[in-house]
Amino acid sequence: MTRILLMGNPNVGKSALFSRLTGVQAIVSNYPGTTISYTRGYMKLGEETAEVIDVPGTYTLEPTSEAEEIALQLLDSGDIVINVANAINLERNLYLTLQLLERGIPMVTALNLWDDTKHRGVDINLEKLRELLGVPVIPTVAVTGEGIKELVENIPRATSPHRPPGTRDERWATIGKIIEQVQHISHRHHTWRERLADASVNPVSGGLIALAVLAGSFFVVRFIGEGLINYVLNPLFNTLWAPVILKLSQLMGGGGFLHDIVIGKIAGGEVNFVESFGLLTSGFYVPFGMVLPYIVSFYFVLGLLEDTGYLPRLAVLMDTIMHRLGLHGYAIIPTLLGLGCNVPAILATRILESKRERLIAATLISIAVPCAALQAMIFGLVGARGLEYVAIVYGTLFIVWIILGLILNRIVKGFSPELLIEIPPYRLPPLRTVLQKLWLRTYGFLAEAIPIILGAILAVNVLYILGVFNAIASFTAPVVTGLLGLPKEAVTALVIGFLRKDVALGMLAPLALTPEQLVVGSVVLAMLFPCIATFVVMFRELGVVNMLKATGIMIVAALATGGILNLIL
Amino acid sequence: MHRFGGRFKHRLMPEGNLVTLAQLKSGQSGTVADIQGGRRMADRLNALGIIPGKKITKTSAMLMRGPVTIEVDRVGVAIGFGMASKVIVRPDRVP
Repeated sequence: MTRILLMGNPNVGKSALFSRLTGVQAIVSNYPGTTISYTRGYMKLGEETAEVIDVPGTYTLEPTSEAEEIALQLLDSGDIVINVANAINLERNLYLTLQLLERGIPMVTALNLWDDTKHRGVDINLEKLRELLGVPVIPTVAVTGEGIKELVENIPRATSPHRPPGTRDERWATIGKIIEQVQHISHRHHTWRERLADASVNPVSGGLIALAVLAGSFFVVRFIGEGLINYVLNPLFNTLWAPVILKLSQLMGGGGFLHDIVIGKIAGGEVNFVESFGLLTSGFYVPFGMVLPYIVSFYFVLGLLEDTGYLPRLAVLMDTIMHRLGLHGYAIIPTLLGLGCNVPAILATRILESKRERLIAATLISIAVPCAALQAMIFGLVGARGLEYVAIVYGTLFIVWIILGLILNRIVKGFSPELLIEIPPYRLPPLRTVLQKLWLRTYGFLAEAIPIILGAILAVNVLYILGVFNAIASFTAPVVTGLLGLPKEAVTALVIGFLRKDVALGMLAPLALTPEQLVVGSVVLAMLFPCIATFVVMFRELGVVNMLKATGIMIVAALATGGILNLIL
Repeated sequence: MHRFGGRFKHRLMPEGNLVTLAQLKSGQSGTVADIQGGRRMADRLNALGIIPGKKITKTSAMLMRGPVTIEVDRVGVAIGFGMASKVIVRPDRVP
């Protein structure tokens, strides 16, 4: 099968073009032996089907990052390259174009974002550019679909002009000559988008905009998430699934070892999906009914923030703070992801350059960034006693995030590399790209999380029935009662927190805790072990040694914070 | 790009006071004269099209030695303060 590679600089609309070419059935693959993933799909090319790969964005074939190394390796496996270039910024984009031409692989160039050229005052002589490059050059607007048909028609006409390899200076000299002949820039006025773009990286107005955007995102995530729970998932579970469970419970005799594992505890002829703790009850309800709605709404909002081009600006604004924590501004992206689910957040630390940064970022996320499921429980449980207590929980976690970062920055060897990122202009992302991304991420979460959640509930049930939890409870009781001021029964919840934090927080509900105890309990739960899924990912991403380091830091930090809260509240 | 070559070049060009990108004022334009970091830094800047001879405009600077944002060929780029201190710029004369 013909393999077509989409290659270009980051932020040129490669993904939008990809979804135009392939439709929705895309697959995310991991490059073997590395942590970089790429998207794969299929398109019709005349009579036959061709494979299309969305290669990670790269500025140059002299790799400066792991993603660029992968791009280079993928290049060797391709038959045709569609070089996606930014029509607004031909100068820099031609650098990669020249390098690709030097490799001798048949190529077509798509000059994307063509619609922007007019109001940015950029005039490009396409005929001349085709002649100078020696390959087809098609202007495209991936967002609207303009030029896609011509691009597809021109794929079979991909050629390689066999340009001799050059040095860096030679390439820039060539680019200078090409630009002189094909591009004319005229002066034009700033558009409102550009004014907004400038305002959002200004230290004062940018800070205010960031606060507004983050607060807005938070409310939208809650609004969509709660809407899905109240109007879609709860009715589904209560009207369709509950009768099935009750019937099954009857068939299994209403109790016994197997019943407790599969169905859990059922009281008064009603199914409590959160607390019954069976494989088919909580095991289904927690991932689908409680977590999934927030995952969907969170990834939707995150996708919007990404595709409008806001995130790099947030990275710039946050860089000063993040630098003190041993990270650079870009680490704000995995951190925000962590507010959805820690698992993809830890995976996203791959975008950070050094091992040191990844260790610091992963540790901070797993300790101080509560996932959507946990946050839902904090709001439900702690919020019922007053929003001021919720504020204390969040405030504490934020302070821990800062202090722990400051400490880690001191004690972890090495230095943090500096921020160097492109800030793309603001764009209105096409809904189909946002939805495609949302689907890929949600699917990825389900595939990864569901087996682990079901396995964890199974393990907990067996251990619980065997009395292991009671043994751990009495063993660690002095710490819990003495240091944290919590009742002995809370230990079970803390131990279960290793498997599912949200469920564990739910187990604190029947203990009649004071609001202060509840605050201590939820902070310690949030900080102590990450859930087992996060644990597995940390092990995979950081290795055993660093995972153990992170775990040690976690235990000390959680107990210290809990102890301090117990003293001052 | 080459440290000494770059410095030598400045002596041949009499006009204008050289400043670092970190020192350049927001809103001011200039031409990159030299990049004084190591090879790796030059590589990363090269990938973003920031090379000696390139016209740039500084768009903003964050407080407390935060990153600097510039516009190069109609595209925005953010550069950490330390790195910005090693990019030498010849400011345009204000008309």
